[in-house]
Amino acid sequence: MSILIKGLKIINHNSTEEGNLLIEKDTIKAITKETPQAKEIIDLSGLVAVPGLIDMHVHFRDPGLEYKEDIISGSQAAVAGGVTTCLPMANTKPVNDNSTITKYMIEKAKQCGLIDLYPIGAITKGMKGEELTEMGDMLEAGAVAFSDDGLPVMNSEVMRRALEYIKTFGSFIISHSEDKNLAGKGVIHDGKVATITGLKGIPAEAEEIMIIRDILLAKATKSRIHIAHVSTKGSLKLIKWAKEEGIDVTCEAAPHHFSFDENCLLDYDTNYKMNPPLREKEDLEAIIDGLKSGIIDAIATDHAPHHRDEKFVEFDNAAFGITGLQTLIPLTLKLIKDNKLTWQDFVRLTSYNPAKILKFSDKGELKAGKKADITIIDPDFTYLFDNKINKSKSTNSPLFGKELTGIAKLTIKDGKIVHKL
Amino acid sequence: MTYTKKDLVGMKNLTKDEILFILDQAEKFKEINKREVKKVPTLKGKTIVNLFFEPSTRTRTSFEIAGKRLSADTINFSSSSSSTTKGETLIDTVKNIESMSSDIFVVRHAYSGSVKFIAENTKAGVINAGDGTNEHPTQALLDLLTIKEHKKKLEGLNVAIIGDITHSRVARSNIWAMNKLGINVKLFGPKTMLPKETTPFGCYIASNMDEAVEDCDVIMMLRIQKERMSTVLLPSDREYAKFFGLNKAKLKKAKNDCIIMHPGPINRGVELSTELADCKQSVILDQVENGVAVRMAALYIVANNI
Repeated sequence: MSILIKGLKIINHNSTEEGNLLIEKDTIKAITKETPQAKEIIDLSGLVAVPGLIDMHVHFRDPGLEYKEDIISGSQAAVAGGVTTCLPMANTKPVNDNSTITKYMIEKAKQCGLIDLYPIGAITKGMKGEELTEMGDMLEAGAVAFSDDGLPVMNSEVMRRALEYIKTFGSFIISHSEDKNLAGKGVIHDGKVATITGLKGIPAEAEEIMIIRDILLAKATKSRIHIAHVSTKGSLKLIKWAKEEGIDVTCEAAPHHFSFDENCLLDYDTNYKMNPPLREKEDLEAIIDGLKSGIIDAIATDHAPHHRDEKFVEFDNAAFGITGLQTLIPLTLKLIKDNKLTWQDFVRLTSYNPAKILKFSDKGELKAGKKADITIIDPDFTYLFDNKINKSKSTNSPLFGKELTGIAKLTIKDGKIVHKL
Repeated sequence: MTYTKKDLVGMKNLTKDEILFILDQAEKFKEINKREVKKVPTLKGKTIVNLFFEPSTRTRTSFEIAGKRLSADTINFSSSSSSTTKGETLIDTVKNIESMSSDIFVVRHAYSGSVKFIAENTKAGVINAGDGTNEHPTQALLDLLTIKEHKKKLEGLNVAIIGDITHSRVARSNIWAMNKLGINVKLFGPKTMLPKETTPFGCYIASNMDEAVEDCDVIMMLRIQKERMSTVLLPSDREYAKFFGLNKAKLKKAKNDCIIMHPGPINRGVELSTELADCKQSVILDQVENGVAVRMAALYIVANNI
């Protein structure tokens, strides 16, 4: 089985070229200006081919909360958003804190066959922040990293031991950086909009304090840490410092944090309620600068589906989170259209760097011999993000019902077309 | 009619004309409360439901009296702040009571923005009787009415609002309204009780009690919202009284005819010394009295717009 896709602008993190992509079985056979013979020929002239997107941070709610999302609907949303590899967080019900659940998740994703799914295991049993999980066993089962995302590991001793322990296995810890005491009962950023709305604020320092703690623990243990969903200017300064010090730290930012600021919350719209919260305009700009400069290594969606009933309530009672898999492309392309990022930056942030962080040597590049995980984007396609487009079980996105530009026209995983618009 | 909205959710989104219109109406309704038979048929046949998801005595009573004086049928519904104690959502609760042909909901709720949320999801008129730390518009209106009565004007007055600003929906509603009416507002309180960002208030932030009180026409002391604050905001009531409470000595810095206000209930000896709470300059009971007239006006106006 071979497929030839013609007329593409082929983008890697360090190159841009016009050409055709020849895929044989699950591998990229050639990138060429010629038109070699193939069983299937697809002409997508003028569209952009990038390596299949790798989303390091999603919530698929499976097992346990499948009414919000399950691995099948999550996979469908992923490929419709151009994402071929997903790392679901461990806050399932029960928590993914043992190899049985890890194996279940991988097996279900394989049966579905749309994406590569690599679970993030919990750092602590039940995500209670007390006892370490059997990380080695979970890695053997197919987990790739560990996080209690959604809940911070408040006990510094536990975090230290987790960082030390994981070094044995060459994996790393993903930090949900939030000082729970300082965040208190906050529901939005502690800034001007909190003053105006009377909604309780979460200070930027709740994030920054934990980031510096985890950076220092990574330094002390000579271990590897990845900071999830960075949202403040101060956090980026701390991470920049850590990188300059040679500490093994990477980080990610979510599209909503470089697309919206706290002003979106003036009307108490629960679709903008997320954790970390939308920050100030200068934080948003710092994140865009961080994406450009390389302080931020990856874009990850923090795809957090919730049922309508969990958002159609009083603001304080509403769940935190926003779906993100199908808005990753349009929100990030906006930065390209605004000349804040290039296409090569896009590839670096959405596949090349994530592949490096996760040590996926066969992903993250469009190159002969690499795995044929490919996303083909129509950057100018304008559409309504509605029920016809949305593949997630949930619609908790402020972008739902709005007009977006830029979409995955074709998604290929392991050489197979898994999404076609 | 200058006011055309079906709801009264907050002062933040009202115009100066709308605020003055409600005050004018309230002044007219005051007269009814002085009659021997304090009742008019204005809202006869209307059903007003006091939906109180948070404990309240004076505001609920004030609204209930206001409704009854206008001949409306007033019903009280009390529940914990979470309407979900039996698993029902807030909007389902509201929709159910709306189905019984309720005309107006007077809502108090522990969460900011929740009254707006209800207003957007019911056909009934909605009056905010206090939502979280966001707004308490009828309290601001009764405060303004009281100030206007005593000072014969609003524009150009110097008002100090002192105390727990962060947790005070009374402060927020007053600040939004007073800014629109040309009142000079100074704020003061312990830093733990001031929002991190005070710029949206557009008010002068005093650095001590003397500066806060100086040259004031009105001093509005706020109640310490013990039920809303975390335990680390204050070391003690004693220390609060010493540095942030109002007593006779501190009052000397204000204008001689300065009036003292408090939304109640007072923590005597903490925000206000007893001698000031009960002195001639204290207009606290006038505020309570004006509350009924303001709420009659609010109910009347909203009833006309649904």
